[in-house]
Amino acid sequence: MKLKLRVWRQRNTDAPGAMATYEVDGISQDMSFLEMLDTLNEELILRGEDPVAFDHDCREGICGACSLVINGDAHGPERTTTCQLHMRSFKDGDSIDVEPWRAAAFPVVKDLVVDRSAFDRIIQAGGYITAPTGAAPDAHATPVAKPDADFAFEHAECIGCGACVAACPNGSAMLFTSAKVNHLNVLPQGAPERETRVLDMVATMDAEGFGGCTLAGECATACPKGIPLPSISAMNKEWLRATRKVRR
Amino acid sequence: MNDYTHYTDHTHYPDYTAYETGAPIADTKAPEGPIAERWDRRRFEAKLVNPANRRKYTVIVVGTGLAGGAAGATLAEQGYHVEQFCYQDSPRRAHSIAAQGGINAAKNYRNDGDSVHRLFYDTVKGGDFRAREAGVHRLAQISVEIIDQCVAQGVPFAREYGGLLDTRSFGGVQVSRTFYARGQTGQQLLLGAYQALSRQIAAGTVTMHARTEMLDLIVVDGRARGIVARDLITGEISSHFADAVVLASGGYGNVFYLSTNAMNSNATAIWRAHRRGAYFANPCFTQIHPTCIPRTGDHQSKLTLMSESLRNDGRIWVPAAKGDDRPPNEIPEDERDYYLERIYPSFGNLVPRDIASRAAKNVCDEGRGVGPGGQGVYLDFADAIRRMGRKEVEEKYGNLFDMYERITAENPYEVPMRIYPAVHYTMGGLWVDYDLQTTVPGLFAIGEANFSDHGANRLGASALMQGLADGYFVLPSTISDYLARNPHPTSVDASHPAVTQVLAETEDRLRQLLAVDGDRTPDSFHRELGEVMWEFCGMARTDAGLRKALDRIPQIRAEFWRRIKVPGTGKEFNQSLEKANRIVDYLELAELMCLDALHRAESCGGHFREESQTPDGEAARHDEEFSYAAAWEFTGTGKAPALHKEDLVFEYVHPTQRSYA
Amino acid sequence: MEMSRIMSWTSGYLRFSVPRMALATRTDRKPPPTRTFWGSTVGKKTVMAVSGLIMLGYLVAHVMGNLKVFFGPEEFNAYGHWLRTMGGPVLHYEWALWIVRVVLVAAVVGHAVSAYQLSRRDLKARPTPYAHKRRRASYATRTMRWGGIIVALFIVWHLLDLTTLTVNENAQPGHPYENVVATFSTWYGNVIYIVAMLAVGLHIQHGFFSAAQTLGMGNATRDRALKALAGVLALLLTAGFVSVPVAVMTGVVS
Repeated sequence: MKLKLRVWRQRNTDAPGAMATYEVDGISQDMSFLEMLDTLNEELILRGEDPVAFDHDCREGICGACSLVINGDAHGPERTTTCQLHMRSFKDGDSIDVEPWRAAAFPVVKDLVVDRSAFDRIIQAGGYITAPTGAAPDAHATPVAKPDADFAFEHAECIGCGACVAACPNGSAMLFTSAKVNHLNVLPQGAPERETRVLDMVATMDAEGFGGCTLAGECATACPKGIPLPSISAMNKEWLRATRKVRR
Repeated sequence: MNDYTHYTDHTHYPDYTAYETGAPIADTKAPEGPIAERWDRRRFEAKLVNPANRRKYTVIVVGTGLAGGAAGATLAEQGYHVEQFCYQDSPRRAHSIAAQGGINAAKNYRNDGDSVHRLFYDTVKGGDFRAREAGVHRLAQISVEIIDQCVAQGVPFAREYGGLLDTRSFGGVQVSRTFYARGQTGQQLLLGAYQALSRQIAAGTVTMHARTEMLDLIVVDGRARGIVARDLITGEISSHFADAVVLASGGYGNVFYLSTNAMNSNATAIWRAHRRGAYFANPCFTQIHPTCIPRTGDHQSKLTLMSESLRNDGRIWVPAAKGDDRPPNEIPEDERDYYLERIYPSFGNLVPRDIASRAAKNVCDEGRGVGPGGQGVYLDFADAIRRMGRKEVEEKYGNLFDMYERITAENPYEVPMRIYPAVHYTMGGLWVDYDLQTTVPGLFAIGEANFSDHGANRLGASALMQGLADGYFVLPSTISDYLARNPHPTSVDASHPAVTQVLAETEDRLRQLLAVDGDRTPDSFHRELGEVMWEFCGMARTDAGLRKALDRIPQIRAEFWRRIKVPGTGKEFNQSLEKANRIVDYLELAELMCLDALHRAESCGGHFREESQTPDGEAARHDEEFSYAAAWEFTGTGKAPALHKEDLVFEYVHPTQRSYA
Repeated sequence: MEMSRIMSWTSGYLRFSVPRMALATRTDRKPPPTRTFWGSTVGKKTVMAVSGLIMLGYLVAHVMGNLKVFFGPEEFNAYGHWLRTMGGPVLHYEWALWIVRVVLVAAVVGHAVSAYQLSRRDLKARPTPYAHKRRRASYATRTMRWGGIIVALFIVWHLLDLTTLTVNENAQPGHPYENVVATFSTWYGNVIYIVAMLAVGLHIQHGFFSAAQTLGMGNATRDRALKALAGVLALLLTAGFVSVPVAVMTGVVS
């Protein structure tokens, strides 16, 4: 396959950026999207040009590092991560636009690489259970109803890639935040910190400059792990409950 | 200063295989006495640091996977100040996240005869009697606590309708001791550790340096006192100081270029530590996982693992005749060779990983492989679908089938999957004693970075167990002994001569990489090295092949230093420079791996020497000669290393020839 | 308190006087609920949801009243008069109406201020657009902001037209039926009204679903029903409101 690529190039956070056009040839249908970019980069290096920087690591759809907006879609046309998107989703002669995640809270580091540390700070605000090592009771001391365990797992699947923010017209991190809140708040182990967790995480999410939720639903459509849109509602419920509840 | 420029001419090197055998090495920290009491005894004998004094100690932890994340969080909880490093943009992305299958623990919740002793026994035997008994027994003991700890953190393990934890049997073990969270156990355990670490970052007890890669170790007066690291965004090289350094930087499977490791997983931290005095043990022990998706072409950048659990219901076969390229569904039953079931009638498709991998290689070498290049075998679920119904197969393996279909565009419900072995895990690593301390005082290695508990072959669902055991429980208990016995060492700063030297060497190395300005990309060298390693130091090794590899590697290295091209500068975000610098270390480590493989003229676990096999083609150990861990000492760039043997004594599990027929 | 729970869990651990900081990572102080509420995007959305539902409730009552126009001027005008006397004799003349008005004004102000602040925040959170444009979200979702502004402007006109009668040329105080007919006898009266009612319909379609989510009513099984309910509500209200000008135009009401 021969393809025309338009790729966002930006030297660093402060430099201005622009779309640059490249042509790549000899692309196989079996290549992943990132392997196609590898091919481009090999050529760029040999031409003495700066290769395109992009985040990637596990290349099996679980680490959450890869983060490209392809033809306007976070992670491209399939519901998966960029690294698991294959070139068979494109046709010979296609023109493909590749851009970084766009959000005020995710400044561009270089080219297609963005800074997602705001997500870490949201987790640091309360996305954990205080259980110092060695302090745990036997694992069977507290049974967890299967529906609750399944609900927790469904939300724990979030890989923190940020596609939800990239896809959201408001650059909102509600789906990410709700995934962690719901995962921990439904479990009995998470109950002692249930209120502070949701209040602190939402406050940090706001402080990081993410937008609010207008229920556009783009986040859930883009999410490679299928975190469902109603997660946001479940978190809102937790938040409202927490504002009402006073612990003594 | 560096001597890399010498590498450009490989002909000047002394014979790398002319290594000398130095003084034997021994684990001086493992206590005596009944094996079940040794860990308690060690914890009691270890000196403690007064809780009020702990905040005065700084510990550097490199890596944020299961071992590193757990260690950082736990040390901080104990009151130490932790400086933690990872090359990823977030500690949550370490490659432990990709582990699928599960984590073993001797809970015996199933009442199926499991016990700490059985897990200990299985692990020593599975490792083909090349691991230390004391360490493995401790691992089995701690496995129980790990599950408790993870559940308390909110790890959503699979549960049954009664609300209790579900377990399954895994990797051919006869008890159900594997706890799991669908096919994402590693992810869930890692997020648990990441969350615990995040709590400490918020508390200010852990200072997190993300996108910062360790490039060298600082040793002052014979003790590890810090690291040199590069900020991957700005390119700034800086030194960081501590009272002890913990390496949790993972394995070195990426030496092979194609592996199931993450693209950026690398060996730099452990290799630099090795060059600074830490012995490297059993580097040739690598695990080749039998169920990976085969490569589709030269563009392939990495390989994807399919959980081993597929072998519970899938049947592995190849066409009985050579060169039979009919579509699989058109090959009649009696023209298929279900070779594992044929050769190993009692274990069938569930033989251990090394045996399954080697058998696949053998049938492909016979020209009976399937798919592009004949590098694949079928993993067929047609029988399982007939027996269990498609719905049940879907429930059990749905996510794996989906993953397979996404990558290959073939529907495994209708056509058999194609699988092929791939490099997956490295049992070798930095030599550590019972306290997980390397031969450099104050330098500790945990998780896959050390060589400890898996011997020559790791059992399924044991990597997660070892990483978390080291990180949550072992290291936090043993490091206090070192800190307490070495109170308030002299302060070091960036002006110390030992530090300026390491800094200068690091900067010089990067400068040289940028200065060559040749005509080949870093990836092209990595791929070339990987092909040599896969060919000669992969699933089956021979004396002649390994010698060929030892001949080739210095040539590739010379070529590298003459022709590498790294665009850009060192003072910016430069992924080509990162990659090239990692390849520098692979080019040296690969040589040591081949030498270790050459010297170990026996077959054991993942290390199969064709010269050493039983009449029916199984691995034949030579215990009288090789019942030791090989710890290699660095003696200088390009020079033959020195071998130190640590004798392995088996008091509780007596070595037998593994037999799965 | 939370800390005591942790301590009982970890009593062995805390026997040493280790630095507590490592354990007590959460703060005890809690800001006053009003600040938590108004300071948060979720809180502001809650204000929007509650005020929106109040207005929606009002619209339901409003459309039922409007439909009385089909029973002739007497019944319609009597209903208009009742609005001022409702609540009596407990409440004085027009008190109930004023209470409704005050609540409505509060709802409108709360809704508008939150909408304005949230919108500014949302726009700031996505400063750089994608070079590759593609249509995102549903039409109703994308038109919430402009739709809201259209409806707000309409309300001003609507009050001047049928409450204060300022812009209704042929208005007679105390004769709402005749005033309605007068409004819908002009082409622009019909256009303004019908466009605004379509905007109201779209606004409700997304707004009702959105409010339900904000108030925590959403879940995987209920969301379908909520979406359907939002659609039905939007359709019935729009049809109810639009039926009046259509009836006037076609002469059914005159």
